[in-house]
Amino acid sequence: MLVAGVPAGAQDMRLNMTRGATELSRQVFDLHMTIFYICVAIALVVFGLMFWSIVRHRKARGAVPAQFHGSLKVEILWTAIPVLILVAMAVPATRTLIAMEDTSASELTVLVTGSQWKWHYKYLDYPIEFYSVLATPRAQIANAADKTPDYLRAVDKPLVLPSGKKVRFLLTADDVIHSWWVPDFAIKKDAVPGFINETWARIDKPGLYYGKCAELCGRDHGFMPVAVEVKTPADFEAWAAQQVAAAEQAKAEAESAGPMSMDEQMALGRQVYERACVACHQAGGEGLPGVFPALKGSAIATGEPAAHLHIVLFGKTGTAMQAFGKQLGVKELAAVITYERNAWGNAKGDQVQPADIAAAIAKGE
Amino acid sequence: MSAHRSLINKLLLACAAMFAFGFALVPLYDVFCDITGINGKTDKVAAAAPDRVDRGREVSVEFLATHDPAVAVDFAPETARLRLNPGELQLVSFVVENRSDQPIVTTAVPSVSPGEAARHFMKIECFCFQEQPLAPGERKLMPVQFYVDPELPERFKNLTLSYRLYRSVGQRASR
Amino acid sequence: MSTQVTGTLDAHGAAGRPRDHDHKPRGLARWLFSTNHKDIGTLYLLFSLAMLFTGGSLAMVIRAELFQPGLQFVDPHFFNQMTTVHGLVMVFGAVMPAFVGLANWMIPLMIGAPDMALPRINNWSFWILPCAFAILLSTLFMEGGAPAAGWTFYAPLSTKYSGDSTAFFVLAVHLMGVSSIMGAINVIVTIWNMRAPGMGWMKLPLFVWTWLITAFLLIAVMPVLAGVVTMVLTDKYFGTSFFDAAGGGDPVMFQHIFWFFGHPEVYIMILPAFGIVSTIIPTFARKPLFGYESMVIATASIAFLSFIVWGHHMFTTGMPVVAELFFMYATMLIAVPTGVKVFNWVATMWRGSMTFEVPMMFSLAFIVLFTIGGFSGLMLAIIPADFQYQDTYFVVAHFHYVLVTGAVFGIIAAVYYWIPKWTGVMYDERLAQVHFWCSLVSVNMLFFPMHFVGLAGMPRRIPDYALQFADLNAFMSIGGFLFGLSQLLFLWGVVRCMRGIGDKATDRVWEGAQGLEWEVPSPAPYHTFDTPPVVK
Repeated sequence: MLVAGVPAGAQDMRLNMTRGATELSRQVFDLHMTIFYICVAIALVVFGLMFWSIVRHRKARGAVPAQFHGSLKVEILWTAIPVLILVAMAVPATRTLIAMEDTSASELTVLVTGSQWKWHYKYLDYPIEFYSVLATPRAQIANAADKTPDYLRAVDKPLVLPSGKKVRFLLTADDVIHSWWVPDFAIKKDAVPGFINETWARIDKPGLYYGKCAELCGRDHGFMPVAVEVKTPADFEAWAAQQVAAAEQAKAEAESAGPMSMDEQMALGRQVYERACVACHQAGGEGLPGVFPALKGSAIATGEPAAHLHIVLFGKTGTAMQAFGKQLGVKELAAVITYERNAWGNAKGDQVQPADIAAAIAKGE
Repeated sequence: MSAHRSLINKLLLACAAMFAFGFALVPLYDVFCDITGINGKTDKVAAAAPDRVDRGREVSVEFLATHDPAVAVDFAPETARLRLNPGELQLVSFVVENRSDQPIVTTAVPSVSPGEAARHFMKIECFCFQEQPLAPGERKLMPVQFYVDPELPERFKNLTLSYRLYRSVGQRASR
Repeated sequence: MSTQVTGTLDAHGAAGRPRDHDHKPRGLARWLFSTNHKDIGTLYLLFSLAMLFTGGSLAMVIRAELFQPGLQFVDPHFFNQMTTVHGLVMVFGAVMPAFVGLANWMIPLMIGAPDMALPRINNWSFWILPCAFAILLSTLFMEGGAPAAGWTFYAPLSTKYSGDSTAFFVLAVHLMGVSSIMGAINVIVTIWNMRAPGMGWMKLPLFVWTWLITAFLLIAVMPVLAGVVTMVLTDKYFGTSFFDAAGGGDPVMFQHIFWFFGHPEVYIMILPAFGIVSTIIPTFARKPLFGYESMVIATASIAFLSFIVWGHHMFTTGMPVVAELFFMYATMLIAVPTGVKVFNWVATMWRGSMTFEVPMMFSLAFIVLFTIGGFSGLMLAIIPADFQYQDTYFVVAHFHYVLVTGAVFGIIAAVYYWIPKWTGVMYDERLAQVHFWCSLVSVNMLFFPMHFVGLAGMPRRIPDYALQFADLNAFMSIGGFLFGLSQLLFLWGVVRCMRGIGDKATDRVWEGAQGLEWEVPSPAPYHTFDTPPVVK
């Protein structure tokens, strides 16, 4: 089903839990299989007796019903035996659980923030932070293009981690509850707005690991993947250095960003729109009546630019409209606002330039 | 019929009691959180001063500040990380700056991780849950005086104190 | 548990009454104003059947969308409405009212009472239900659509981030709660005060026992549900902050309160089915139920344990280890009384003289498939593994095995078992067997592969999925459509009986049948046990 370019541990149509890529995920897998085999054994005995009885003790074979209706001995026995089996299950489960909850002595900490419908990663030990959103083009989801093997799994910027180091994850959310799940690390932890959760992983080997948001978080819950790229510690350090340099360069560029042409803005704006806005406001800007407002012909997108800038930069409290001021670059913000004012028949003809954005951000809310 | 009536009355009373119990779960939950540390909720009341210092071990405390992206502020801890002995009194500050041209009233919600350590995280002075008015452009230092309870179980070596800043409920309602 | 009726029913009961002069009101008024337990039971059962097909249609939308990867038919927001309303309709509209309907019909007949204790309340508690569901389902046609936060409506998705259908949803849930509570009070008072002379507690049929315990669970937890939806309402519209961190609240608290209701709720949906199976197996094994007392004790233990295990729905929310361990051990403990029940059923069959009419077939399928659901439940209790299972299709498989092949199969078995008594007509055995086999095969095609896609990493409540899950999803969808179609056979069988098509049923109906309900004629006259029978 899946061909070249697939990540470690996902080559085939799996029917079982992954063994994963950490010591703990293997323990969890073994625990899962142990409990499963115990259940199968019990099932064989119980159902075996039941079907034996169904075959042998049928009226059609002339069976005459016995009249016994209780036996204290037997009943005590089949209360006691399950208790013993359960104790045998609880021991390894408790051991693994305690190991999973030990977040001490970590070597790297990442703050994971969920918001509708993307993940934000902030490295507490490096000046690096970025959003990570679904990379699958809308055309594939709408069946207008062939689906690639990484359909609904790939993101634009995966979380990058070093192998062999104990990484601690702190989790929180901006809006609703999300849940950060990477099966290969046996990690699933809720990101709760206003509160911090933590968990950890020490990943054995480099590779690309995919996961998902696991808690229903609204319309695009199914379109909020997690991707983690694990590099060797040396490669990771190189990557981090390069990220820091790139961020500084981008900042310098943004500050000196000159005016953009209409065509340039419409092209970039469309890209940004399809990444950041389309989930709610829809491809044609029509929104979802009663849930997400339309942009096509809307008062804001066809009114004064200042109000339009304000809502995009700072969001609207109490609604799903987020503040994009810190999520997107000034060029991207300028382009997407210009795009919204000139697409789908919103022919305002005006342009918002990066300088306007920079000024609005400096002025504040 | 009267046998029915008295039974019905008892059952209705039970229903009413369970309805009330549903709401009683709200304060009970806080008590429960206090005891078990669900969600890293910390005490809302100030702790007493420490009575001893455990020089035998160190714990590391990390400080984290996040804010509702819809509030135009910058919010960060002055110190990212501290190593300290349990029982040792420390003062750290969080810096908040109003980036807008409007007055903002904020509240900060604390959360300590791991949750079970939350009740061993003792804050003597804190801005938790207090309304903080900020004039346009105002920058404010918000101090937290705290210590880590020497009773903290040995297995906790890293603690995280996180604040999340929201616009105060009062100001939200008036907008 | 053996009940013997002394004297002839002609002298005591209703059998001497001429059949066609039952003083039934006629026409619509009969149903609107009925205070007769049999009429109200019928109304509940028909309502439940209608809701089964309504909720089923929503499930068909879900399975159609999931047939292939990509978005085919519906918008993701509408998909979320489908999963939400499907869950609410099936839980509160199909399963619970079906059990109340069975309770209405059978409890007075089984304990030798002339009617339910509170006939007018009975009428109310039924007629509130259609209103509640009209309100809930009407939101599907409103701008913004129905609630879309899942049937568990976690805050803040259901508060700050929900549409205005929330207000309608809250009102509907309040009405459902009032209806359930009134029904539960009625059941308790009936069983408590109206048992025939000589019907001691340890002579009660198990269906009555399980319902009594269920009714207490309802009284204990439905008000808590009412409380939590009220908090959702005030958080959304009246500025409270129960579940909003910004105002000092906590979203996770919602889950604690919800599951304090929610876990007993799932037992509310299964305990009466235990009672049904415990009634049917002895009938067709022609042998008394094994371990009657331990069945009662097991049911009571399960009910008690249901109050201290709610945390197992929330292992990923970041609970302290001690709390996690407590909930894990308590949950695992439930396997013990549940196991006792299964062992008792098998022991009842052992050395019996079995025949395999359709009620028996559904009961046997119940035992096997419910037990599979029990095993996956046990696996889900193991916290480290639960981190991998939580919120995946493994969970969906688990609770559908428990609720569809558990509760719904139990209800279907009960309908086939008692419908000759209700209508006086035997159902068509061949049609029913076809219905059984079609259901059995298709339900497993539908739900069994869900274990695998869940383990392989497919989250629940998603309208679209990665390509690796495509083949099994197509297979499951086909199973789903077949299972949906199979239920039309059930509908057909029921309609035949209601229209009086088929062989006339005898009074005892089943050779091995035990209990007072079989002492009255078939169909059961409008009024029965006006003079209580004496049970020895």
